[in-house]
Amino acid sequence: MAIVFPTPRRLGWRLNPVGLVAACVIAFWAVIAVIGPWITPHPPGEIVDYDFFGPLSAQFPMGTDYLGRDMLSRVFSGARYSVGISLAAVMIACTAGIVLGMSAAVIGGMTDTIISRLLDAISSIPSKLFGLVVVAAIGSSIPVLIAVLAVVYTPGSYRFARALAVNVATMDYVTVARARGEATIYLIRAEILPNILGPVLADMGLRFVFVVLLLSGLSFLGLGVQPPNADWGSLVRENMGGLSFGAPAVIMPSVAIATLTISVNLLIDNLPTRIRDRSE
Amino acid sequence: MNSKVLSLIAGRIGVALVTLLIVSFLVFAATEMLPGDVAQVLLGQAATPEAVAGLREAMHLDQPAIMRFLGWLGGMAHGDLGHSYTNRMAVSELIGTRLGNTMKLAAITAAVAVPVALSLGILTAIWRGSLFDRAVSTLVVGVISIPEFMVATLAVLIFAVWLGWLPALSFGGSTDSIWDILRAYAMPVITLTFVVSAQMIRMTRAAVIETMKAPYVEMALLKGASRSRMVLRHALPNAIGPIVNAMALSLSYLLGGVIIVETIFSYPGVAKLMVDAVATRDLPLIQGCAMIFCLGYLFLITIADVVAILSNPRLRH
Repeated sequence: MAIVFPTPRRLGWRLNPVGLVAACVIAFWAVIAVIGPWITPHPPGEIVDYDFFGPLSAQFPMGTDYLGRDMLSRVFSGARYSVGISLAAVMIACTAGIVLGMSAAVIGGMTDTIISRLLDAISSIPSKLFGLVVVAAIGSSIPVLIAVLAVVYTPGSYRFARALAVNVATMDYVTVARARGEATIYLIRAEILPNILGPVLADMGLRFVFVVLLLSGLSFLGLGVQPPNADWGSLVRENMGGLSFGAPAVIMPSVAIATLTISVNLLIDNLPTRIRDRSE
Repeated sequence: MNSKVLSLIAGRIGVALVTLLIVSFLVFAATEMLPGDVAQVLLGQAATPEAVAGLREAMHLDQPAIMRFLGWLGGMAHGDLGHSYTNRMAVSELIGTRLGNTMKLAAITAAVAVPVALSLGILTAIWRGSLFDRAVSTLVVGVISIPEFMVATLAVLIFAVWLGWLPALSFGGSTDSIWDILRAYAMPVITLTFVVSAQMIRMTRAAVIETMKAPYVEMALLKGASRSRMVLRHALPNAIGPIVNAMALSLSYLLGGVIIVETIFSYPGVAKLMVDAVATRDLPLIQGCAMIFCLGYLFLITIADVVAILSNPRLRH
């Protein structure tokens, strides 16, 4: 009997071309986020051109910024902040949201009501406003940013996971497991989680997009990553002066953000239905 | 039946009020986390201990936090939001002069965005799967996945730098004629309209398509009704509730957009006031602005809820 290896194709995990291109763009930025600072053509903090807001050229493929620093190098080293902080925040937010959501669905009763009401209250503060207030109060640093982003996006993740988990929790096999006397932890881990994992991961991708957008928005307002470090939002902010004469330095970091967020959206839209809609 | 609807609506408003209380506590608590002594910070290094103690007492900083919270809440109830740290003016007065401007911007945006988004949303639902639908839907996903400031910078690049139709960033230049005022408002309104419409089109399209799955729409199709009649006569009246709900929800995206847009175009609104207050760490002003924004946000969300209840009898049980 031949051993059949579970290749992605056999599992039905084949991506269509659009999804593949999107996945490649995401992988590109992920790699840049890790190795970015080592492959920059010029030192990102050094003034390398006498001309500020320089045009696109062979030497400076993305032009130069308001001080004459190389934009490509700055975008590459900014990837680390934009991608890293967003990834950390979305991990925390979704882990908290999913665990709380499943617990609320399984335990039910007062616990469910209290968690839901509390998280509803948090989600009724507009996200940028929440960032503004917290950063104004305790100042901006990378751990504070991660915490703010995580708190802002936990309620959404919670609501999504809870809605899915509530449906699963009424299934016969969960009732049977309860009747067997299994503990809540077991129900969550072995009965609920495997059945909501696909959609929950897809939701996590969408939430990553929101986090990237909020982070860049906060940085754009000057409340995100602080100089001398700069993520893509801060890069747009510091080069706003060049906008009125159309300098590439203003638009290039935005393009970097757009390629990342649009790719994530496209990848999720083109995921095989098998992963996306496993619970349906 | 009617009293039941009323009690449901009253319940929603009650929930909104409780949420507002929790939100005000969160806003107060967040600004309480400021490290160091506010009185010391305000008076600087050279202040004598007596002066610091005097200011602490004057600002009620010597009382426990919970008492200050209750005092702040009580003041807010009759319109006293405290005084700005930086220029000693009443916060309510500072906000009052700016609130009108922000409301004006929001109202103009809504007046432009709602009809545009509504028609595009319905048309894409009618011609679902067509080239038009795919083009609009792609554009919508594009706008949703880029930051607001990118929409704004692109608008400036296109309309001011390349086409030269509108002034780039300056706001509040000459306002002599209607034409100048229109030109000044154009750029912020264009940006906000794009941001808000994208959400609205998406939600409207989803709402109409959802209604079109209903059996009575299929019945109309089998009866031989034309596609437009099927949508306009059968599906649309039943989709009005969800659509209004979607409108109110997507208008709440205005709040996030307004913060960015007012900053970029230096528009003299509440959001700009708040961003400037953050730069100077003017806590009472930040608290006041934050509460105004949360109030507006909760108002829109509650309207969306109430409309959903009124339009769908099934939600009344």
